[in-house]
Amino acid sequence: MTTDLHVLQGRVHVVGDNVDTDRIIPGKYTKTLDTSELASHLFEDYDPGLVDRLRPGDLVAAGDNFGCGSSREQAPIAIKAAGVQCVIARSFARIFFRNAINVGLAVAEVPELDVSDLAAVLVDLRGGTVTDVATGKVFSATRMPAVMAHILAAGGLQAYLKAGGDYTVSE
Amino acid sequence: MPLTASEKILSRKAGEEVRAGDIVVAEVDGAMGTDATTPFAIKAFEGMGGKRVRNPDRLSLVLDHASPAPNERISWLHSLMREFSVAQGVRLYEIGEGICHQLMVENGHAGPGDVFIGADSHTPTIGALGAFAVGVGSTDLAAVMHTGRIWLKVPRSIRVELGGAFRPGTFPKDVILYLVGKLGIAGATYEAVEFGGAAVRTLSLAGRMVLGNMVAEMGAKAALVDTDGLELPEALAGRRFPDHLPDPGASYRRRITVDIGDLGAQVAVPDSPDNVRDVREVVGTPIQMAFIGSCTNTRLEDLHAAAHVLRGKHLAKGVRLIVTTASRRVFNAALADGTVQALSEAGASFITSGCGPCVGTHQGVPGDGENVVSTTNRNFRGRMGNAKSNIYLASPAVAAAAALAGEIVDPAPFFEAPAAPAGAHA
Repeated sequence: MTTDLHVLQGRVHVVGDNVDTDRIIPGKYTKTLDTSELASHLFEDYDPGLVDRLRPGDLVAAGDNFGCGSSREQAPIAIKAAGVQCVIARSFARIFFRNAINVGLAVAEVPELDVSDLAAVLVDLRGGTVTDVATGKVFSATRMPAVMAHILAAGGLQAYLKAGGDYTVSE
Repeated sequence: MPLTASEKILSRKAGEEVRAGDIVVAEVDGAMGTDATTPFAIKAFEGMGGKRVRNPDRLSLVLDHASPAPNERISWLHSLMREFSVAQGVRLYEIGEGICHQLMVENGHAGPGDVFIGADSHTPTIGALGAFAVGVGSTDLAAVMHTGRIWLKVPRSIRVELGGAFRPGTFPKDVILYLVGKLGIAGATYEAVEFGGAAVRTLSLAGRMVLGNMVAEMGAKAALVDTDGLELPEALAGRRFPDHLPDPGASYRRRITVDIGDLGAQVAVPDSPDNVRDVREVVGTPIQMAFIGSCTNTRLEDLHAAAHVLRGKHLAKGVRLIVTTASRRVFNAALADGTVQALSEAGASFITSGCGPCVGTHQGVPGDGENVVSTTNRNFRGRMGNAKSNIYLASPAVAAAAALAGEIVDPAPFFEAPAAPAGAHA
């Protein structure tokens, strides 16, 4: 499976600043390899109803420092397993950003992001833009290092290393 | 060109001079995973086509996050790790041996100038040894197991210079809480934090680990504590280390100078580690539970501070105190010198060395509406397993004093030298 690098479209669920990994998936649920079990507890201590409002293909739009806290990869895994195709945020915590790319969850850092809950957006990962469909407003995404773009394009670090066997840091 | 500690360590790895912002692929000197992160890493390692771990002698697996296993599902994950360790010839630290970062340092699995990769966000703790120690998730750990290497962006650095001397009742925890409050929860995202200065030179390894531990709460990638004056763990005796100290004149994004003598005890109030107050602003907050433990703060000197407060006394009515030590080695030392007995007689409950209640999985989940004073590093809502409880982060001295009083108090009076009797001459 590869991630479509061109354009993703969907409606966004807006969350706030500093949504930490405990609020994405509480630690007490993380000790399992069952990804659907992880998905069922997504955002439980942040917005308990959110997981039921998510439809496959939706996006999450966050404020600053999304995913701060623990190194638990269960956080992006739970988001992906819940059917979210992309997380856009004004900024990300470091480990979360890396983990998301590694598990093949599309992420885009969009410093000026300003969209309303349930707005329809277009995310052009290669072009580095997020467009609010209703208003036509376009927001620029920060360029990620080439190695990360390669890993995301491969569908995650597992597939990337399985196919290529090593890191390529050039464009 | 003068280099920061991170630039120097990663330049040696890259075989050429690299600067902040460059991407390097580095050979990994040591790696570690826990029972919270290794099961997914094993799955990812197999998914990458991994057959044999590249450098099994450089990898450590630790059963510390839910240890001993509280249920059959977690027991199954522990068995998976035990089987993997046997099949791959990788060392595994069993339940009760200790907390991952402590074990890496105590047992010499990391040293000055090393690149160390840990699948745990508090891996910067190991930067107390002058190592470039970075926290990652499961798949990055799997990739290190598979390739022996990792890609890293060379971070920009913040330089923290600590001067002065501790006031009675203040400790390294108060310094790092103060800095987390000052810089904020994302104040050092993607960056390395270097610590140096006259006050750092006087700190024990344990105290330096407290500083390194909580750079994670500023979003930092690594902590590099200058190793001047550091007594290395015995396990590193005889090893030679490359130059890993920053050059004078290196370029920093920000420089911060703190006179630690200006600081009183600090407390991070709910629900974020950067919500930091001087203890005097929260004196009188009632508490029902205190926890002395975690990779932040439960080494011998921390237990000594708690015992200093509690020896010969008893917890306040309606308060419980849970204690776990950083490792079995720490427990044994505290057993031998009477610290365990003093704390136990005061009413403390000792649990297996490991992460314990910090990660909200077992061994002391707080009740609804309860206030907890904890020596750990995170007080996010729900962190300890109950989103209806409130967590206050502080030093072991503050936790012990609160457990004794039943409310948050300033621990300073417990540590001040008794006043000279009236009429006495110096």
